[in-house]
Amino acid sequence: MTSHKAIGITGFGCYIPRRRLQRQSIVESNSWFDPNLKALGKGERSIANWDEDSLTMGLEASRRCLGDAASLESLYFASTTAPYSERLNAGILVKALNLPSEQRAIDITSCQRSGTSALIDAMKALPEGSAKNSMVIASDKRRARCASVQELRFGDGAAAIRVGYDNPLARFLGSASSTVDFTDHFRGEHDKFDYYWEDRWVRDEGYMKLVAPVLSKALQESQISAEDITHFVLPCPYPRIADKIAKKVGLSASKVVDNLAGQVGDTGTPHGFLMLGDALEQAQPGDKILMGVLSSGVDALVFEVTDHIHQMPKDGGLRSALAHGQKDTNYMRWLAFNDMITLEKGMRAEKDHRTALTVNYRNQDLILGLVGGRCTHCGTAQFPKARICVNPECGKMDSQGDYSFASRSAEILSWSADHLTYTPDPPHHYGMITFKDGGRFMAEFTDVDPGTIDAGTAMNMVFRIKAKDEQRGFTRYFWKATPTQP
Amino acid sequence: MATGIKDKVAILGMGCSQFGERWDVGAEELMVEAFQEALSDAGIEKNAIDAAWLSNHFDEQSVGKGATPLSTALRLPNIAVTRVENFCASGSEAFRGAVYSVAAGACDIALALGVEKLKDTGFGGLPMNSPGTLQPLWGATGTAPGNFAQLASAYRAKHNVNKSDLKRAMARVSVKSHANGAKNPKAHLRRPIEEAQVLKAPIIAEPLGLFDCCGVSDGAACAIVTTPEIAKSLGKDHQVLVKAIQLSLSNGFESAYNGWDGSHIMTARIAAEKAYKEAGIKEPRQELGMMEVHDCFSITELVTMEDLGVSKEGEAVRDILDGVYDADGEVPCQIDGGLKCFGHPIGASGLRMIYEMYLQLQERAGDRQLGNPKMGLTHNLGGAPAHNVCSITIVGH
Repeated sequence: MTSHKAIGITGFGCYIPRRRLQRQSIVESNSWFDPNLKALGKGERSIANWDEDSLTMGLEASRRCLGDAASLESLYFASTTAPYSERLNAGILVKALNLPSEQRAIDITSCQRSGTSALIDAMKALPEGSAKNSMVIASDKRRARCASVQELRFGDGAAAIRVGYDNPLARFLGSASSTVDFTDHFRGEHDKFDYYWEDRWVRDEGYMKLVAPVLSKALQESQISAEDITHFVLPCPYPRIADKIAKKVGLSASKVVDNLAGQVGDTGTPHGFLMLGDALEQAQPGDKILMGVLSSGVDALVFEVTDHIHQMPKDGGLRSALAHGQKDTNYMRWLAFNDMITLEKGMRAEKDHRTALTVNYRNQDLILGLVGGRCTHCGTAQFPKARICVNPECGKMDSQGDYSFASRSAEILSWSADHLTYTPDPPHHYGMITFKDGGRFMAEFTDVDPGTIDAGTAMNMVFRIKAKDEQRGFTRYFWKATPTQP
Repeated sequence: MATGIKDKVAILGMGCSQFGERWDVGAEELMVEAFQEALSDAGIEKNAIDAAWLSNHFDEQSVGKGATPLSTALRLPNIAVTRVENFCASGSEAFRGAVYSVAAGACDIALALGVEKLKDTGFGGLPMNSPGTLQPLWGATGTAPGNFAQLASAYRAKHNVNKSDLKRAMARVSVKSHANGAKNPKAHLRRPIEEAQVLKAPIIAEPLGLFDCCGVSDGAACAIVTTPEIAKSLGKDHQVLVKAIQLSLSNGFESAYNGWDGSHIMTARIAAEKAYKEAGIKEPRQELGMMEVHDCFSITELVTMEDLGVSKEGEAVRDILDGVYDADGEVPCQIDGGLKCFGHPIGASGLRMIYEMYLQLQERAGDRQLGNPKMGLTHNLGGAPAHNVCSITIVGH
């Protein structure tokens, strides 16, 4: 394999939360109200845990995508459901990934095309031949009303794509875009939910008319003929529409990549990335991928898969994420997680989570990066980092360098499942975890099934919501331990 | 060279309020209740007290900050009063302050009073702590049962004990304390319980069920201390003397360094060793006639038996099941019913434990009087197994 320099995709990572809510359980609860929902009861959709949002899912996808890159040219966070309207969401990701502050980080939002638009920009903006990469993270956790079609159609997830010049997995051949204020849905500044127009109109006037011309233009820009395309990616919730659009541009329906409606649902902004990742995972060198996304216009991109595709790690891919799904039929729990029903949470839930921003800033390495210390004198890893080494045999002052625990494996020393404390998903699991390379701390656990952990269980760290200050709209993030997937 | 506290200070009088859900009174009335008993037991006038220590943990829930709540409630004669707080060991801490002031010769007579009004929260269990501004940003949210329950998971792993055997021994701890508490008119919970009842109770924090957890109560307890000479001059011949007071605090070793196995309380072992040395005790199992330990949860009491060196390591389960700690056993433990039956009004508990030792040593413990004990140990533990304060006090003739 020869190394080569060309702008393209150098890495991919995705994250699908593990719970898959069975659509039938939603339909069973809501078809009394709308019997038409019965037709939509097949398959499952991914649902985020209570402590996940677009930012945490985006971070997990980024970790799988980043590889050993120590810094980026730019980091883009694309989402229409970012937790902060004012505070750079991408900036939180930069810190959580322990990337240096000397780089650009950009939030891009307002339509589901923001991921592909950022991707095109990232590739075009990277200086010719640059040794550095940029990364585009797309993530959404979209809300939908009970008994709506969207509730059944949507899914939660995130994907990240790294772009650069060194040995791309897929070379970028060209793109085309259009901007059309085709308002199939919208969400006003203060609204929780989108407002949707009729599907038939979206299908006929949107997908069937707006997409194909831009796809053709992208093929033309790339100097590729439609017959050369081996994978066609088009996020579209309507059955057979991608096939028809493929035909319009001269592709056979067999090239259409599955839209993941059966196992994940429509994840919004990241969805095109997820399907692209799926295509990459199955692609062979020389394959050509055409990708289109419709949302307030169209983005179309063309890629050619290279020999380096075989170096794409499988554990960050879509197939691995799909394999770790867990069936869930508890529709009520999911509604409660999303504040769609009002539970009696008890007085312990009244706790005030006001965050002192001074403290938060001073300790951002610890909180967002899970950075502790490692004593340069005795080698002891410790969390949190402190001025005096915790090793009683050492006790040296100011001897610790930064040491991140985020990617280190740990195991449970002691634990409990607490029914007394308030948590949205009781019982609250937490315990002392010890890291294999030294260090320990009392950690909250997440994504744990009661009765499945004990002393010695292998754990790894994930970035999650620690608490929400509902009164002031501030979300606290921190790292939690979760059982390591076999 | 420090000579230790042994025999330098005598308990002149003690008092203890009725513990329980004291809907009828606030912390102020509880303080007066315990104080009046102690004052009349001591046989002195209020004006004879030179200095006082108040212990209280949940100030936001109870009396508020500062020590003026004590001086005001008792109408103390404008003397020095200090408020101390050291987690669940706060009561022992107040006692230590008063005892040290007498031993130092700074005071002739000093008062230690602990109080906690827990039942003004509106919900069961302890109120929620305010752990400062940084800790909530990364520290695991949890409760006392969730933290102490973890001893069980680590103990099982270390000693290869199966879940049901450990659960049975834990149940036995609670059954024994309830049997004792049933005989104590000042206890909150006064009903004997059966093992089967304990085992099938709802889980609070795995593996702790409802009866593995101590009660939540309001209460106050109080000690008036002086020198043995002054006590004698006041006609106290059958004196209860302080033999040892030791305190040991975590410094982050257990919670941040991979050197502690999670199955015991490290500070308790350190404090016990120092206390035995201070009191001149060589064989605690033989020399201690009785103990009041910090049984906030059944598993805490179980591991404490080993931490205090009364059971050998790994043998507490067997000793408990063999009845070593029952009222008629080798080393009666929680003879007043313990935290299990008194509940745990944080600031008061340490002093409540000493109160029982004091009554027993003076042979004034009524139905639960043990035959002629010479020495008693109290163990007061605050915080969580991984990060705590442990206080050990030994009193005797």
